[in-house]
Amino acid sequence: MTQLLQDKDRIFTNLFGHHDWRLEGAKQRGCWNATKDMLDQGRDWIIDEVKGSGLRGRGGAGFPTGLKWSFMPKEVGARPHYLVVNADESEPGTCKDREIMRHDPHHLIEGCLIASYSMRAHACYIYLRGEYVLERERLEAAILEAYEAKLIGDDNVHGWDFHVYIHHGAGAYICGEETALLESLEGKKGQPRLKPPFPANAGLYGCPTTVNNVESIAVVPTILRRGKEWFAGFGREGNTGTKIFSISGHVNAPCNIEEAMSIPLRTLIDSYAGGVRGGWDNLKAVIPGGSSVPLLPKEICDDVLMDFDALKEHKSGLGTAAVIVMDKSTDVVKAIARISYFYKHESCGQCTPCREGTGWMWRVLERMARGEADISEIDDLLDVAGQVEGHTICALGDAAAWPVQGLIRHFRHEIEERIENYRKGRPVFVQAPVAAE
Amino acid sequence: MSENMRTIVIDGDEIEVPNDYNLLQAAEAAGREIPRFCYHERLSVAGNCRMCLVELVGAPKPVASCAFLVKDMRGGPNGEPPAMRTLSPLVKKAREGVMEFLLINHPLDCPICDQGGECDLQDQSMAYGRSGSRYAENKRAVEDKYMGPLIKTIMTRCIQCTRCVRFATEVAGVSELGAIGRGEDMEITTYLEKSMTSELSGNVIDLCPVGALTSKPYAFNARPWELNKTESIDVMDAIGSNIRVDSRSGAVLRILPRIHEDVNEEWISDKSRFVWDGLGRQRLDRPYVRENGKLKPVDWGTALGVAAERLGGNPETVGVIAGDLNEVEGLKAAKDLFDSLGVKNIDCRQDGSPVGTGPRESYLFNSTIAGVNQADAILLVGVNPRVEAAVLNARIRQRWLNSDMTVGVIGEAADLTYDYEHLGDKPADIEALGRKRTGFIQTLKDAKRPMIIVGAGALAREDGAQVLRAAGALADKIGAVSADWNGYNVLHTAASRVGALDLGFLPGEGGKSTRDILAGAESGDIQTVVLLGADEVDTARLEKAFVIYVGSHGDKGAHGADLILPSAAYTEKPGLYVNTEGRAQLGDRAVFPKGEAKEDWAIFRALSARLNKTLPYNDLNALRAKLIEDNPVFGEIDHAPGSASAGEFKVAEIGAEGRVSDAPFTAPIADFYLTNPIARASKTMAECSARVHQARSDLQAAE
Repeated sequence: MTQLLQDKDRIFTNLFGHHDWRLEGAKQRGCWNATKDMLDQGRDWIIDEVKGSGLRGRGGAGFPTGLKWSFMPKEVGARPHYLVVNADESEPGTCKDREIMRHDPHHLIEGCLIASYSMRAHACYIYLRGEYVLERERLEAAILEAYEAKLIGDDNVHGWDFHVYIHHGAGAYICGEETALLESLEGKKGQPRLKPPFPANAGLYGCPTTVNNVESIAVVPTILRRGKEWFAGFGREGNTGTKIFSISGHVNAPCNIEEAMSIPLRTLIDSYAGGVRGGWDNLKAVIPGGSSVPLLPKEICDDVLMDFDALKEHKSGLGTAAVIVMDKSTDVVKAIARISYFYKHESCGQCTPCREGTGWMWRVLERMARGEADISEIDDLLDVAGQVEGHTICALGDAAAWPVQGLIRHFRHEIEERIENYRKGRPVFVQAPVAAE
Repeated sequence: MSENMRTIVIDGDEIEVPNDYNLLQAAEAAGREIPRFCYHERLSVAGNCRMCLVELVGAPKPVASCAFLVKDMRGGPNGEPPAMRTLSPLVKKAREGVMEFLLINHPLDCPICDQGGECDLQDQSMAYGRSGSRYAENKRAVEDKYMGPLIKTIMTRCIQCTRCVRFATEVAGVSELGAIGRGEDMEITTYLEKSMTSELSGNVIDLCPVGALTSKPYAFNARPWELNKTESIDVMDAIGSNIRVDSRSGAVLRILPRIHEDVNEEWISDKSRFVWDGLGRQRLDRPYVRENGKLKPVDWGTALGVAAERLGGNPETVGVIAGDLNEVEGLKAAKDLFDSLGVKNIDCRQDGSPVGTGPRESYLFNSTIAGVNQADAILLVGVNPRVEAAVLNARIRQRWLNSDMTVGVIGEAADLTYDYEHLGDKPADIEALGRKRTGFIQTLKDAKRPMIIVGAGALAREDGAQVLRAAGALADKIGAVSADWNGYNVLHTAASRVGALDLGFLPGEGGKSTRDILAGAESGDIQTVVLLGADEVDTARLEKAFVIYVGSHGDKGAHGADLILPSAAYTEKPGLYVNTEGRAQLGDRAVFPKGEAKEDWAIFRALSARLNKTLPYNDLNALRAKLIEDNPVFGEIDHAPGSASAGEFKVAEIGAEGRVSDAPFTAPIADFYLTNPIARASKTMAECSARVHQARSDLQAAE
């Protein structure tokens, strides 16, 4: 049995909200401790530490955070620099940032200060998902506390003038895409921009901007305090650190849990989520990283490790590490059809393949879920998914195509069976939804 | 290799292209054709249709060539130049995929679509389309939107390329088009289903790559391959937009812009585009003589006889006023004839303006229209370019958007689609501005390329000559005229004006100007008035005189006429027009004149024989030869003098000394859609006019 992460190594010690989330409590848990000393070590040191820790972006794409920071111009020219925190956590199954903002907001604010300082930004915008109302209240209260304690703001104790602004979105999934987020922040319609130019060159209001996920920013203070070696000591090479996993679906105890990277999926589910409903053998499939990544059937889930590279080997991805567990009662075709509907609904409509392709895939899948299709349409569907993937402006096209590709890769037999049954006039067996979720 | 150039490899061929090219332009430079829907040279890059995907060697995914710059390309690991492929199987597959997506929700109703035959989607589907559809679901249907009397919408055909939205926002400067909804429910709409309040709205019809936005007046009229296409010059304003007149069996069916980078780029105003139905209405198709108060049709022989009788008398009692739409040849023949008759009361300025007496620069748009692209400060004096020259206004707006250029206005504070500083509204404010030391005057003085644009309306006043002097003095003060830049400009509204002024179609020694001719007609000094298509004068004042109307449309001038000699409209004759820049341009004949109507020059040639003053030319070529011999500027086709002789131009000496009145500048154009006889005969223009008034009053009510 793999060694589980010990409490002393957890960054988010109030993830469950058992303790005081306010400044007082946060300070007791180590927040804002020696922040000034860390800033005094200099920008290069901060970026080197983050690079050395092997921290990869926690928002889904897994881009090395330190490297991203180093793309920012080394001098502030005519245009100010900005840090934008992506708190538009909308990926179905994902609720890790929510817990950070609810219960450990000072981790995030301190991280914002450090990240902004290292990138020469005096202003940081936190773009908050529209549905996150309580989170907004908490975060605003925490920011106010930080202002009052002179931790941030003009003439603060850290010697770097710094302001944090919260922007509440309107609840569109696409606004979690970094450039669409910037558009939305600027007051425009949330539609992704063409890249290049990348935000580090021309981001918010055309100024150099870095967009980071909440978790990526919130772990930085602890990494600096405890050292890059500590953080890099978890997980496999290239997949280091600790990570918050959101486990949902057909498990006995859905939860958010901070664990080391590269933990086996089965250990994760069994140790923290109370195991799969009805036992491990009742498992049908797992979506390991939020609805956009291809699902994995039980055979792979048996021994797969939860990190970027291991999941990529199996043509899936870690994404946001939102583990969605599906037991044998799941109508997997219908489930993917529902996910497909989500992407159809959230497509911004800007570019052709996504606008037209998402609707097409959803409609075909809905029919397939009833068996009302032709066998040849499975290949057509795969073809259409391939025509969407990689041809769009942003990654939403990919996100819509991957679940479909995963379904056909692993559950083709099930679709075929369904179609044949329908043709033979047999009633289609569709599971009634179980009340567990 | 210059610093701004870069060697790249396209499909194995090396080519050197500028760094700021996008891949699409680079591919075109290499002779590759890249299909596209959303990309347009004159609009911002949207990159949303994904039709122009190309393969970048080393990149994991195909990229949209319209949105990727050459300078962003990466070379190979061993220093190879960056490479892209436009013909690879991956590219073909990608484009076929996009095409399939575009077509699944497209109605494929080409047989009943007006875009058929000139549709980008139709053309490109020949190259990238599948033979049949794999899409078994129901197609999306989109409700049509109301976009006014000019634009017909069938929104189900829309492929959401957003060209129209970008045009409206960027070029036309009205954010009245937009996309609502998202995903496959995204729709292009005018939000409130009102007509666009732009004078350039018709251009979205050309921009639309499919049949979603088509011309409402032209709907179901013809197929493009049935039409005769004639290159011509527009006469609705003094810009001289290059147009193509499409006609079939003697009728003009539509008018489209031609590209001329220095004049109209590729836009034309709605009036230029949709006026064509006026060419078929209210036409004078045979001569008429007034007998017992009623106009009676007669033959040409009788009509010319009556005219010769009236004109053969005392030349002092004859007045001639030319209109706004005449081509140079007709005016030349008229002028030669009246000169030989000794008539000195001739004037081409029916608005009563004093321009044309000084050097040529004093009445030209000297900076040239393309010069706006270099201007860094513009002062508009008594002019609303949005209605007086909509295409020029779009250019000013582009310059304003893309640079630090600032605009000041002395005159009516109208919505010009760009911000400006309002510096006053009456002639005295010109001088007052010149006396200031700070503010906009400093901007003008600091500007390397300042422009002062004086409108026709600012000059068509009693104190026009004094306004001219004031504007000239200000131009002198700010140093607008130098050896290589002439920033003094007059913006005319009449297509015929500059050509007529170049001809010297002005009162002779002791002759009467338009104002005096009108007064003379009232007092009885002038007994015969010849109106050459002049309909904007106060014809009520001509009641006592015998009026000979030579023109194409039965408008104000013809109503009060005693003799009507029908002539050809601008699409019906080959003609030379000189635009406000002094650029001579040739238009061709698209259709023949209506009925018995004749070309203007031929009428005066025939009349001259009746008066025993036979003009020395028998055909148009001979007339043109004489024209160019008398004034070589007419021979320099498509040449705008610009600042060629700016060195000798004494801008402070134009116009006349004197006091200006306190009356504020007023717009010379009360209604953009109804400025000339052809437009007033057009049902489309009448409808547009009514819609705009409706929209304005709605707006007021809502406020």
